[in-house]
Order: sequence, then structure tokens, then C-alpha cells
Amino acid sequence: MDVLFAVVQAATLALILALLYRPLGDYLARVYSTDRDWKVERGLYRLIGVDPRTEQSWPAYLRGVLAFSAVGVLLVYVLQRAQTVLPYSLGLPPVPEGLSFNTAVSFVTNTNWQSYSPELTMGYTVQLAGLAVQNFVSAAVGIAVTIALVRGFARRGSGTIGNFWVDLFRGSFRLLLPLSVIGAIVLVVGGVIQNFNGFTEVTTLAGGTQHLPGGPVASQEVVKLLGTNGGGFFNVNSAHPFENPTAWTSLFQNVLMLAIPFALPRTFGTMVGSNRQGTAILAVMATLFVVSLTALTALEASGSGTAPELAGGAMEGKEQRFGIFASTLFGSTSTLTSTGAVNSMHDSYTALGGMLPMLNMMLGEVAPGGVGSGLYGMLVLAVIAVFIAGLLVGRTPEYLGKRIGPREIKLASLYILVTPVLVLAGTALSFAIPGVREDVESTSIWNPGVHGMSEVLYAFTSASNNNGSAFAGLTANTPWFNTALGVAMLLGRFIPIVLVLALAGSLAAQDKVPATAGTLPTHRPQFVGLLVGVTVLVTALTYFPVLTLGPLAEGLS
Amino acid sequence: MSTTRTTVRTHWVALRALLVLTAVLGLAYPLVITLAGQVALPAQANGSLVRDTDGDVIGSTLIGQSFTDADGAPLPEWFQSRPSAAGDGYDAGASSGSNLGPENADLVAAIAERKAQVAESDGVDEADVPADAVTASGSGLDPHISPDYARVQVDRVAEARGLPVADVLALVEEHVAPRDLGFLGEPTVNVLELNLALATLDGAGVGD
Repeated sequence: MDVLFAVVQAATLALILALLYRPLGDYLARVYSTDRDWKVERGLYRLIGVDPRTEQSWPAYLRGVLAFSAVGVLLVYVLQRAQTVLPYSLGLPPVPEGLSFNTAVSFVTNTNWQSYSPELTMGYTVQLAGLAVQNFVSAAVGIAVTIALVRGFARRGSGTIGNFWVDLFRGSFRLLLPLSVIGAIVLVVGGVIQNFNGFTEVTTLAGGTQHLPGGPVASQEVVKLLGTNGGGFFNVNSAHPFENPTAWTSLFQNVLMLAIPFALPRTFGTMVGSNRQGTAILAVMATLFVVSLTALTALEASGSGTAPELAGGAMEGKEQRFGIFASTLFGSTSTLTSTGAVNSMHDSYTALGGMLPMLNMMLGEVAPGGVGSGLYGMLVLAVIAVFIAGLLVGRTPEYLGKRIGPREIKLASLYILVTPVLVLAGTALSFAIPGVREDVESTSIWNPGVHGMSEVLYAFTSASNNNGSAFAGLTANTPWFNTALGVAMLLGRFIPIVLVLALAGSLAAQDKVPATAGTLPTHRPQFVGLLVGVTVLVTALTYFPVLTLGPLAEGLS
Repeated sequence: MSTTRTTVRTHWVALRALLVLTAVLGLAYPLVITLAGQVALPAQANGSLVRDTDGDVIGSTLIGQSFTDADGAPLPEWFQSRPSAAGDGYDAGASSGSNLGPENADLVAAIAERKAQVAESDGVDEADVPADAVTASGSGLDPHISPDYARVQVDRVAEARGLPVADVLALVEEHVAPRDLGFLGEPTVNVLELNLALATLDGAGVGD
């Protein structure tokens, strides 16, 4: 195989993202900074009973986030349970309670973990009015929270961090909707379907029967990626030819996933009044991305393992039109953001190759991470990095003129503890509770041996980090996984949001400390290196032991 | 209590906001896109359907098909698609990969068996059987095979149809699609399109 193709593909993607960085980042900064509301927005604010010029304290902002998400879970749940009376339900039965709960939580938390096979479970109305709407708004919530944190850094002595409802509507209407319209049309040009045809029965060339699916796919596909959601219209997600028909649509889908997360550092730099700070964060994200992509591509191209070696290449679970390179690019992008879409089956990756998507999620999805969640995750790590540097040289740590005191460092430390606790506890409990263990081993696990343990670890890693990708062999539609993963998704989404908004509030209230000779510069390569190191170190120390039980044991034996 | 009142009020705002957003993003937006797709790009929006010479829909260029008999045995006169884990094979209502891991004994056995089967039916060395011929795709609906796998099958198809090998090989080469834009993905051969062209080549018609 020719490595050159992989390099040119990655370079093309990098070029497109580089061209988008400034205009999209600056546009985002304007969207969330301007005082001007559109006329139609003013009408909508009146309709929902909100004064767009009222600023909120962090607890009020948080109440908005939580109330909106709670109502969202409820609506998606009810839509699924009431499927039989909804139009365009394709004759499908109501979704069972446990699965409805799991799916509702999954889409509201921007995870899009799917315990079900969509074409056999969800009618068009649930997909459109329930799932696709959450694809938009859960992404808009993520960006709103990150913008609130950025305001915390930018403001001085302020009791407020913005207005959640305004941020929510602007993210939906000024950012995601227009980009989705353009993207959906591009996808239809590429061959993604957009209809309400249901299943069409055809007699195939060799005389068999085939039921071709229909559906409003393109409109949902685009926001699945743009909002780093990842929930496919079909079971196999972006490996399905009706979701992702060609190698160029696959590259386009990478652009959709990465555009906003990679532009947000620019937004951050612009809003705190120093673009160099944004560039430094971008450099950290890009470094981690390139290293991870290179490692996964090399591992899959080498094709080690009994089955890939016998077959003559790691093509199990990969589409011919994508080959190895377009598959590993998509897999890396999807797990380094919080998308979790797949265009190849990660369960069938080589043992060490399959560990990479897991590691990407364990990094906390910060390179560049989900829309919004990636930047706030990275800024929390930056706070930790500044604190560590402060300890080393014996000075009070500051970041962007804000003192990182005991309260800030407590919030940041709690933040980085949340997901590891959920991942490790969830995996451990799956094997520690006797009744559950029996069920997990006999019903859920698909591959025997240590690979089966990797499937469970992958599931909790994906759910707790709100990614949604899977070692899809795992049968997760069981009472244990629907409940435990549902809880992991909820806690993995909202505890960090509480901590981030508290951090935003405490930073906004501070005055700026003037920079002195003793201030650590946070825009230089030295700090970029430090932040990369901190990110990797936190992850490695937390997860190395459990990785030795799964993918490392399989890959090195 | 004022906190209770605030909580209730916030949820009331949240509900109204969600309904407004649902109306725009969950109804208006997909309908507009559907309308645009159906008007401007009906072929793609409806699934890139393929018709035979009689005008009947026989499938989609994007969705792979089985070329096997009722028992699942490969029909030698058609180019074969990749192995499929979707239902009983190329079940478009149940897209799926095998999800078998790299050390899974069942997968190893399946690959060995497919390898032997292809080598025997196509008269080539096992070492010359390409990887895509013995592995199931991610979707189970992969419409493509590699150009190498198409070439491996030429002799068998030509013999089964009583056609000159050179003609069948020329047809395969015509159907080799290069990488997108010259560097994205892998070169492919669309099996359904190739077999359709094959059917017209010998005048045997569809479905023989």
C-alpha cells in the first residue's frame, strides 16, 4: 500500500480545516458576542418568555441547561413509546422502556450510543422530531457551555456569564442550521438518500429479493457529524452506502466533524483578546490528533493478528471504497471528537489498532473533542497544566490573567476525575456483580476471551465520555447495559457541565491580574508541550492498568 | 417558595423552547431538504436505483447484492460480491458487519474456508486471493470489490458463460473505477454494474 495516499488525504483535510479556521472561528465569536437579535429571534424569545438582554449568573445558566435537557429526555422518551400512533412509523412497534430511556439519554447528552438497530426500531417521526432535533440542540448546548467558560476568562468582576437561551438559539439557528442545509445538499449530490419512501422490495439481478431502505437520511446525516453526535440513521452508520456512498463523501464527513471543534480555539482567542492563546490550544489539539491518526493508520496497515494475516490485510469490517486509509482517518476523527460515528467496524480492527479509538476517548476527547465539550475539556486541562507549572517554579498560578486558586483547582480536579471513575467503576461492576456478570458473559459479549472484556471497557469509555462509538459486537440492549450506560452518559455529561459552569462563574467574578515577569507565558511552544504532556499523563496513569487487561494483552500475546 | 417557582418557570421556558426548536429543526428543515432533493437531485435522493432493460428496478448501484442460488451457493456465471454479515447476506433491511475480533477462532476459520473456496472455484493459488474476497465489509452491503478480486474471477465467469476470456477481462477493466479525486479510498469495481453489463454482453438477458 502506498503511504503517500494517506499523507495526501490527511494534508487535504488539514488544508480545508486551516482555510476554515479564521472565518468560522471569528464568525462564532461574533454570533456569541453581538447584542443584535434577528427580528425572528426576538419573536421566538417572546414566544418562549425570555428577555434576551437579561444576563444570567452561573447557577441560573446551569438551571437553564439542566431544565432544557430534562425536557429533552422526556420528549424523546415519549416519542419512542408512542411510536405506533405517529405518522411514518413504518409499522414498527413502540420502543421498549429500557431502550427508550437509554436512547433518550444518549441523544440528549450528545452521546448517540445506540443499543438498537435503527432500521428495525425507529420510524421516521422519531428520527426527525426526536433524534435529529437533539442532534442540533445537544450540540448547541455544548457550545453554549464552552462559550460561557470563555466569557469567564474574558470578563472582569462580572456576576454573569451570558444568557443560556440566547446562546442555545443562536447556536442552533445561526450556526448549525445554515451549515446543515449546505452540507445536506452536498451529501445528496454524493448519493445520500433523502425521501420518505419506506422499504422498496426489488427482485435482484440474480433473482433474489432485496428490501431497499428509504428515509430522510441526508438532513440527519449532516447534523449527526456537524454536531459531533454520531447516531446513524442505519445500523452500520457511516459505513452504510446510503449514509456515506463514496470516498469523497467520507472526507467531507471528516470535515463536518472537525470544522467547529477546530475553529473554537480561534473563537476562544478572539473572545479573550489574544489570538495567540487560541493558536496554542489549537497546536495542542493538532499535535495529539496527528500522533493518534498516524499510530492507528500504521497499526491497521501492518495488519497484525491471526485473522488479518491470514486474509492478507485488515479488511474485515472495512468497505472496499474506503480501504484502510479512509477508514482509519474516519475512526480517529470520530473518537478524537465526541462523534462516535463509524465507517468501519472497530470491533474487527487489529488488537492494538482497536485500542487507539479507546485511547482517543480516554484522553477526554479534547483533540479537538466534541463541539464545545472539546474546548472546555482542554481549557480545564490547561488550568491543571498552569497549576503544575506554578508548583514547579513556586509561583501563584495564573491563566489569561485569572488566578488559579484553591476553588478553581478543586473544580478542575473534580472534572478530570468524573469520567475515569464512571469508566472503571462501570466496567468493574459489569464483572463484579454475580448476576450481572453471568448476563454480560452469556448474552452481551460477542467475542470470547480478553477481546470480550475490551468490548465492555469500550462501551463504558464511550458512554462516559459521551462519544457513542462501539465495539459493536456487544449486545447492549439488556437491562444492565441500558441502565448502567444510561447513568454513565448522564453523569458523564452533566457533572462536568456543572463544574465547568461553576468554574466560569468564579473566573468571571475575578479581576484581571496584570502580567509580570513571573507570569508563565501560555502561548509559547513550551506551554504547548506542557499541556500535551499533562493530557497524556493524566490519561496514561488512569487507564494503563485496565488497558493491559484488554487490548494490550490481546495485541502483545 | 420562590425556588420552586423559579424551577417550574425554567422548565416551562425549556419546554416552549424545545417545541419551537422541534418545529424548525425537526419538521421544517428536513421537509425543505427533502423537497430540494426530490426536485433537484431525484436520482440520488431516491437511492441511485438501477433498472433492467424492461425498466424494472433491480436494485441500487450503491447497495451490493448476492449472486447466489437459493441455498447461498455462489453462481459461477456472475461476478461474486464480498462476503456479507447483513442478515443471510446483503439483506438491505439489516445492515451489519461481523464484528468478529482479530483473534476470533470463528473468523479465522471462516477466512480459511472462503480462501479455499475462492481458490478452488476460480482456479488460483490461495496466496493470490485478495483480502476483500475473504473478509466481510463493515456494512454487509458493500457494492464494490477490488479490481484484483474481479480479475481473479474472469476465467470462471468466461467459462460458465461460454464467452472469450479477453472480452470478459476487457469488460472488467472498463469497470475499474480509480480512487476518488485520484487519492481518496481505494480503486473499486461495482459488482452490480459489472454483472449488468455482462448480461448484455452475451445477450443472455437478466436473471438467467
